[in-house]
Parts: sequence; C-alpha cells; structure tokens
Amino acid sequence: MRVLMLGWEFPPHISGGLGTACYGMTRGLARHGVDVHFVLPRLRGDSGGMDSHLRLLSASGTQVTSETARTLSRASLELWQKRIAVHYVDSLLLAYDTEESYAERYRLLQGMNRRTGYEERYEVHSDMVELQGDYGPDLMTEVYRYSKAAAALALTEFSQKGFDVIHAHDWMTYPAGMLAKAVTGKPLVVHLHATEYDRSGENVNPAVAAVERAGLHAADLVIAVSHLTRNVAIRRYGVPPERVVVVHNAVSRRDAGHRYTVPAMCRHEKRVLFLGRVTFQKGPDYFVEAARLVLDTMPNVRFIMAGNGDMLPRMVRRVSQLRMGNRFHFTGFMRGAEVDHMYAISDLYVMPSVSEPFGIAPLEAVLYDVPVLLSRQSGVAEILRNALKVDFWDVREMANKICAVLSYPRLSAEMVKNCHEELKAITWDKAAQGVLNAYHTVCRR
Amino acid sequence: MPALCFYFQVHQPYRLRHYTFFDIGANPFYEDEDANCDILLKVARKCYLPMNDVLLELIRRYDGRFKVSFSLTGTVLDQFEEYAPEVLESFQALAKTGHVEFLDETDCHSLSFLFSRREFRAQVSRHRERMQKLFGVTPRVFRNTELIYNNDLAREVEDLGYDAVLAEGADHVLGWRSPNYLYQPAGCTRLKLLLKNYTLSDDIAFRFSNREWAEYPLTADKFAVWVHALNGQADLINLFMDYETFGEHQWEDSGIFNFMRALPDAIMRNPDFRFQTPSEAAASLAPRARLDVPQFMSWADAERDLTAWQGNDMQQDAISALYQCEGKVRDLGDPDLTRAWQRLQTSDHFYYMCTKWFSDGDVHKYFNPYGTPYDAYINFMNILADFRLRLQTRLDARPEVMDKNTTRSDSTA
Repeated sequence: MRVLMLGWEFPPHISGGLGTACYGMTRGLARHGVDVHFVLPRLRGDSGGMDSHLRLLSASGTQVTSETARTLSRASLELWQKRIAVHYVDSLLLAYDTEESYAERYRLLQGMNRRTGYEERYEVHSDMVELQGDYGPDLMTEVYRYSKAAAALALTEFSQKGFDVIHAHDWMTYPAGMLAKAVTGKPLVVHLHATEYDRSGENVNPAVAAVERAGLHAADLVIAVSHLTRNVAIRRYGVPPERVVVVHNAVSRRDAGHRYTVPAMCRHEKRVLFLGRVTFQKGPDYFVEAARLVLDTMPNVRFIMAGNGDMLPRMVRRVSQLRMGNRFHFTGFMRGAEVDHMYAISDLYVMPSVSEPFGIAPLEAVLYDVPVLLSRQSGVAEILRNALKVDFWDVREMANKICAVLSYPRLSAEMVKNCHEELKAITWDKAAQGVLNAYHTVCRR
Repeated sequence: MPALCFYFQVHQPYRLRHYTFFDIGANPFYEDEDANCDILLKVARKCYLPMNDVLLELIRRYDGRFKVSFSLTGTVLDQFEEYAPEVLESFQALAKTGHVEFLDETDCHSLSFLFSRREFRAQVSRHRERMQKLFGVTPRVFRNTELIYNNDLAREVEDLGYDAVLAEGADHVLGWRSPNYLYQPAGCTRLKLLLKNYTLSDDIAFRFSNREWAEYPLTADKFAVWVHALNGQADLINLFMDYETFGEHQWEDSGIFNFMRALPDAIMRNPDFRFQTPSEAAASLAPRARLDVPQFMSWADAERDLTAWQGNDMQQDAISALYQCEGKVRDLGDPDLTRAWQRLQTSDHFYYMCTKWFSDGDVHKYFNPYGTPYDAYINFMNILADFRLRLQTRLDARPEVMDKNTTRSDSTA
C-alpha cells in the first residue's frame, strides 16, 4: 500500500497536536508495511532527521511544467470557484488590526512577493511555488498555494511511482487532496482532527468552514478522531454517517528519561497544570475561575498555565484582577524537555476544553503518572474512562474535583494506576490499523 | 422430600447528595432526599406493592403450603416509614399470614462485621428490636450483608442465639459438594447453614428476561422440570435473590409476576416437593456435613468475595477512615451524629467505588448513581471530612470528656 499523505506540520516543527498525531500515525502505518509519502508545505533544514519510517516531501519548490500547470489550472479553477465557492481576495485587512500592524504586514508581503516571484500567471510558464507553511494571517493564501503545489507534486509522483490512496489531514490540506484526486483519480481519505466549530465555536470563519465542508463531501471516506467529532461532521456538515469512521488517536511511549524533582522548599505545595494553546477552544478562562475557588479553600496550591495564544493577555489580566498572581503562573509556549519537566512535577493535569476533538495531552500526562481531569466535551474522554470528567462550564465542580485530587492521595494513585492499564490498549499500532482499514475500504470501492 | 426455600432481600440505601469540597464544614445534610424518595416510590410501585399482592394471593390460595422469607434492612424500613407507609403495611399483612419468615441482619446493611464486632452486635440487636416492633416476630435466622460469610461469622451468629445462617453456595468453597443440603458451619455445634443454589436463583434473578439466553423464555413449567430433576439428590433448594428482581430488575412485561403466580402449582405438581422457610428447614433437616469456610465469601460478582467493596485502595481508605470514628461517635453519644455515621456504613457507598470495570462493571453501573467510582469516592470523602469536623467540634465543646480515642486522619479535611 502506497499513500500520498498531505499534512500541514510534522515534528519537530509543530504548534499543536496535529503534527504529533501525524507522526505517531505514520509510525504505526509504517509498522503495518504502508509506504507513506508525506507532503509538507515546506521542509526546513532539520526536518526528516528522525523519520526513517516515511519519505517527507516539500510542496514548496515543486517544479511545475507548463503542461502540468495547464491541467492544474483548469482543475484548480473548478475546485476553488465551484466546489469550495470561496472567492478568495488577497486582502490584508484583519480584525483587531491597527494602522501600524497593517503597514508592517504590507511591507512584509511586498518583500515576500518580490522574493518568491509568485504570481497568479504562473500557469503560463514553468515556475516554482514557494510556501511558508505557517498559521499566519494569510493562511488561506498558503492553503491555496499549497493545494496547487501539492497537486503538482502528486501528479509527478503518480506518473513516476504511482500510489493507492490520498490521505489529507485537516482542512488546510483538503483542497490539495481534492485537487490531487481530480488529477489522478485516486480515492481520497480526509482526516478530521478538528473542525472550525471546535476552533471558533459559533463564530466560524465562513471561508474555512466552506473549505472544510467541500473536503468532507469530496472525500471517499472521512476519518474522525472521536465520536464527538464524527457527530460534528454529520450534524454540522451533513456528511452521510456511513462515510465517517472513528479512529481514536494514541500516544507514543517515551522512555522515562530524566527524573525531575520538586524543590524542597515547595514540596508541601501542590501544582495544577493547564498545558495547551491559550485559545477559546481550550477553555483557559474556566481554569482561571476554578483556580480562584480552589485557592479560597486550599491556599497551598499553585496553578500553571503553559502555552500561548490569543487569550493569554486576557487571562493575565483576569488572574491579576482575582489577586492570585502569586499563585498562578504563566510559562509561555513550552516544548520538548520543558513539557516533560512540567508534567513530571504536576499533581494534576486539567484539560477544560470547550470543544476538543481528541486531545493527546492528557495521555501524555498519564505517562508521567499525573492524574487528569477532562472536560466531557473532549474526544479523549471517550477512551480514558479512568479520568475524572467535568462539564467545562461547571467551574464549581471543576474546583471541587481539583480539591479532591489534591486532598485524597488514594484517589490519584488509583486513577493513575487504572489509566496506565487503559493506556496499554491505546496505541498508534491500533490507530494505524483503523486507518489501514479505511484505506482498504476506499480501495475496494 | 425436597423443599424449596425462597428468601428475598429487600434493601434501599440512602443515596448521598452531590457534596462538594466547598460544602465541607458548611453543610450538615448528606443525603439526596429527592432521589431517595423518587426511587423508593418508583420501586414501591413497580415491585414492592404488586409483588406483595402476588405473594399474599399465593399464600392464601395454597393455605400456607406456599411460603417465603424476607430480610428487610433498617434503611429500607426507614424509607418506608418516611415515604411510603403503605408498603410497610403490606409487609405487615404478609407477616400476619404466619407463613412468611423475617430474618435478621445488620440494621444499616453494613460491613461492620469486618471492622467492629461491637458495632456489628449493636446493629443486629437494633434490627431484632425493629422486627419485634414492626412485625411482632423474633427472627431465628441470620443473613449477613451481601451474604458475607466465614467461620468466624458463623460462630458469632451462634453466640447471638440464632438457629441458622444463610450464605452463598460458592463453587470455590463447595468444590464437588452440592448446595442442596443443610450444612453445619465448622466450629459450631448448633447452628445450621443454608447455601444459595446460585444457578437456579440466577435463572430467575438475572437471566429471566435475557433474550440471548438459550433457555429464554423461562416458564414455570420449565423451571419446575429443572427443580424436579433434583429429586433424590437434594434436601433443600435455596432460591435467594434481591426482592427488586420482581418488577424492577425484571420488568412486569417480562412476565415475571405471572411466572411466580404459576410456580407453586408447577412445583407441587410433584407431591415430593414442598416449600419451607429457612427456620423450618433448619428444624426439620439434619446437617449432612460440616463446611469449613476460613476465607470470607459473598454473593457478589463473579469472584464471590469481598472485592466489590474492598477491592481497591479508595474503598479501603474510605471504610477504614469511617470506622476510625467509632470511638468518638460512641463517646459523644449524639443521636444525630450516630445515625449519620451508621448510614454512611451502608455497603452500597463502597460498592459504588468499585473499579472492577471489565467483568461485573455492568451490574455495578446499573446500581450506581455516580458516573465513575472516582466520583463516588470524592463525594464520600468530602462528606466524611465534614462528618469528622462536626464530630471533633462537638467533642471539643465538651471539656469534661477526655478524648481517649484520638485517631489520626491520613486525609486532610
């Protein structure tokens, strides 16, 4: 089985769980003998060092011959104007913009365009497409460019080596997947790691939702990371239920590695951790409110918010307003060993997500013997039965459970023990088997 | 002449309200009155009242040749008095027929035998007084909570003057032996032991409405054939089950009431067979052998041991912390705190904390008002923390009493 996989990020360059999931999943697939060709927007110098199990390809820098360009141009026009129906305008305007930040971005863009020489007329002559592959303000432009570059790459790959399935991860790569399907005729599996409704609640970005909808409907099969997410695909996007399967994510086991100790001076204290993007979707505000309630009854507790995001300034303000800055700490974005360290010294990991399609972080916390408290609005709650659960909005109950875990040592010991037991059955091998079954399903059709 | 012996367990716990960490020290009310009342009324309507009618009708129809026995816990009796006195009256009507036997047990359906002999005796004697007061009888037969049993329990029961005791006919204890005979507990001289025939009991209690079961549907005639097949190899066939089987676990539309209406006739169609109550059986039969049960057994789960209540650290922590209060509760002698302490001893609270998900988890889930065992433990420990604070505060307010029983808590309140 040969798979053309389209992804937006891959370790070590990740900003969230998507890259981690792609890594674990492709490792699992490789063990099942699947030949994965993973197309990223662009490869950085240090990409690919740790990944002998698959071949990483860069969409950026794809050579486009004039013949390919012509084929793609027609398909691309058809795709973006008729099927996705997003009339994309290269606007530089953004909400919450100031005059200075606009001017700054304008200068940047001018420079970039000059440097890359990227133009819409590129289909006339052979050219190279350059991509940044980030989540910046002109993400949609990147998605558009990626779709063309990746499809061009797909066409080349297909004519040289061939492949059986196209597998696209999340909406950024759906147009590329659709385009690749259109030009090669191979079946498309799209993987739904998160939906626009998870990221933005009711205030969805219509353009993103349109891309997502088109991708889900164009797919031969949709893989959702949880039943929660599957329901979103069915209810919000009207995807026929028989075309959505659930494959839960997993966690890669790491060696215990370094042992971290808590400094003697704060051993009598307890530490409660929030680790994730500080955005609406992750519910950091509920964590802050719960912290105040806990501190009112249990003074010897510290709360840590590790991560970055658009809600961070608001959280800092709220913490100071509640007068608990001496007990509530912000670390900013953490990676690698810092994350491990943070898990290792925590007494409880809280994931208060408003809408979490899956959520790998709680599984990582369990690997560090940390008990977890999850919001019921998370996909991972479907498979981690021995975690405590709470509705994200029920701040009082969240505080109640935090207090309980910190007060009753037998509780966390029993939870951790049983979660470890559950974790044995939550493996990427098993997830990969689910993905492989999906491939077989679409190939049989 | 083999006898069939029915014993029905009637029990409802006092379910605890959602009690948060912030209630500790601020809220002295532990029980969820609404839930307790709703559930009791529901079970009364679906089970207690209609099934009592069925039994009354059968006892009258067969003029005493059909008979049954009950054990009612103190907690369910309290709830009858509080929420549904008509149910109590219908049990009293059954008692008046003279063909219904009432057994004794620990008043609040507790595990006290495992933790405090003194508390155990106090609860048994309270239950006995209640039986005398409510039904005008003095029970001669004892059943311990969840049929928890071993040699020590048997000796204790003999000391208390009972004629017989009930237990599970667990395979790991019986081995090749049959539950269908009367036994004598090892170490006892007078006490008789009745063992549950769990196959036939569970055919009614668990499998009756199971459509996957090869024997579905179970009719009285079919059941009678199985019973009659034991002729010549049984003295006594003990059918022990929860009374809520009738109408609550097995719904009325499963035909369970009609099954019971037809059963006496089907059984007595063979003149060798009859019905007996536990004390009649104990009086009329001679023990066939001694049974040595050094380890505790019970009628719960596949393991038939104590792990449903004592299988994990949370359960052991909660229950030992509860019994640590005994000395202070006794010293204080406050009726409200004593009652609160006793009701916290009801075994169901610890059953809810069971983490044996994978085999018997389903049964646990059915009876569990909590989403997870962790929630059950958290709630219980919050309440216990409040209880201990109240206890200590009251003790501290009485300077003349020296606190002899200071116990150290390993959970912070």
